[in-house]
Amino acid sequence: MSANKTSRIGEETRVDKVNAELVTLTYGTIVAQLCQDYDSDYQEVNKQLDKMGYNIGMRLIEDFLAKSGVGRCANFKETADMIAKVGFKIFLNVTPTVTNWASDNNQFSLIFEDNPLADFVELPDDGRAQDELWFSNILCGVLRGSLEMVQMQIEAHFVSDVLRGDETTEMRVSLVRYIEDEMPPEEE
Amino acid sequence: MPSITRTVFSLIVINKAGGLIYQREFQPGLRKLSTNDYLVLAGTFHGVHAITRSITPKIPIAQPAPSPATSSPSATAPTASGYSYPNPGVPVTGLDYLETDKFRLTCFQTLTGTKFLLFTDPLTGNVENIVQKIYELYADYVMKNPFYQLEMPVRIRLVHILVSGDDSVSYTKTTHFSRTIERTQQGGSRIQDKQK
Repeated sequence: MSANKTSRIGEETRVDKVNAELVTLTYGTIVAQLCQDYDSDYQEVNKQLDKMGYNIGMRLIEDFLAKSGVGRCANFKETADMIAKVGFKIFLNVTPTVTNWASDNNQFSLIFEDNPLADFVELPDDGRAQDELWFSNILCGVLRGSLEMVQMQIEAHFVSDVLRGDETTEMRVSLVRYIEDEMPPEEE
Repeated sequence: MPSITRTVFSLIVINKAGGLIYQREFQPGLRKLSTNDYLVLAGTFHGVHAITRSITPKIPIAQPAPSPATSSPSATAPTASGYSYPNPGVPVTGLDYLETDKFRLTCFQTLTGTKFLLFTDPLTGNVENIVQKIYELYADYVMKNPFYQLEMPVRIRLVHILVSGDDSVSYTKTTHFSRTIERTQQGGSRIQDKQK
C-alpha cells in the first residue's frame, strides 16, 4: 500500500472525538496518582502505565480495524506507516515521523513533534522524575497490546522525551517475532 | 423495486481459540440447536476453517520472484521453495462462505482472529456490509466495555442492534436491562410499529 494511500485512510477515518484537554487532564491525573500511589517509584509507574496501555491496545485494535477497514500489512515497514499515519492520526490526531530504521528493517523510531498527552506537563522537580519517569509510557503499552492481537510481538520504549529536556520525543519500536498461531503441522 | 429477501437468521461470534462467545437469533427459520450443539458447531467450524486455510493451493514459481520486496525472507514467513500462493500480496483466507438450499453462512474473520458467522437467506445481498457494521458495534460495545474480559462470552444488555431491511445495521440504547438484540424486517416495520 502506498504511503499516500495510508495517509488518506488516516485522514478519512472518522471516529468520535472528545475534547483534547479532557484527555490531557485525565491522563495527567492518572500518572500523578500512580506517582503518589507508588511513592514516586518511577520505574514502577512506567511499568504500570505500560500495563494499562497493553490492556487498552488489545481492545482498541478492534476499533482500529473496524473503523479504518484496513487489511493485513505485507511487511513491518507497512505496519510502521500504518501505526503512524492511521493509528496515531485517528486516535490522537498526530502523525509521528517514522525514521531511524535498523538495517534489518525490524526496528524503527517514532518521533513525536506534538504529544497531546503531555500538553501543560512539567515533570516533578525531585531530581529523579527527569531521569526515570517516561510520562507517555502508556503509548508503548498500547502498541504492544494492539500489535500482539494481530500476531506481532514487539518491544517498545521511549528513548527521549521533550519533558525531560531532550530535543525530541522518540519511541523505539522493535519487532521481536511474528506469532504463528497455525495448527502444529505434525498433528495428524 | 424488485422485492429482495433480506433475512438474517442468526449471528455467532467465535473467539480466536474456537470458543463460542456469542449466539443470537434474529429471525426464526433455522432449527434450534442445544447450547452444547452451538458450542460444538463453533469449535468444529473453527477447526475446518483452519484446515481450509492451510490447504490453499500453491503454484510453482516459474520465474525468479516477481519483485524483491515480496521475496525478502526477513519479513515474511519462510515459503516452500519453488511454490507460492497465486497472489502473494493477498493474505490466505479460509472458508468464506458455506451455502445450502435454505441458508447461507458467511464467515468474516478479523485480523485478530475473531470470527463472525452470519446465517442468512441465500438470496440476501450485501452481507459483507451487514457484517462490517456488526464488527463496528462489537468494537464499540463489547471491546470498549472496560469490564468485558477478552475471549469470554459476550453479554450485551444495554444495546439493541437493529438489522433493518435496507441493509443498515443500527442500534438503540435501552434503559432497561433487556438482553435483546432485535431485528426488523423489510424496511424496519418493527420500528414503525413502535412509533404508532
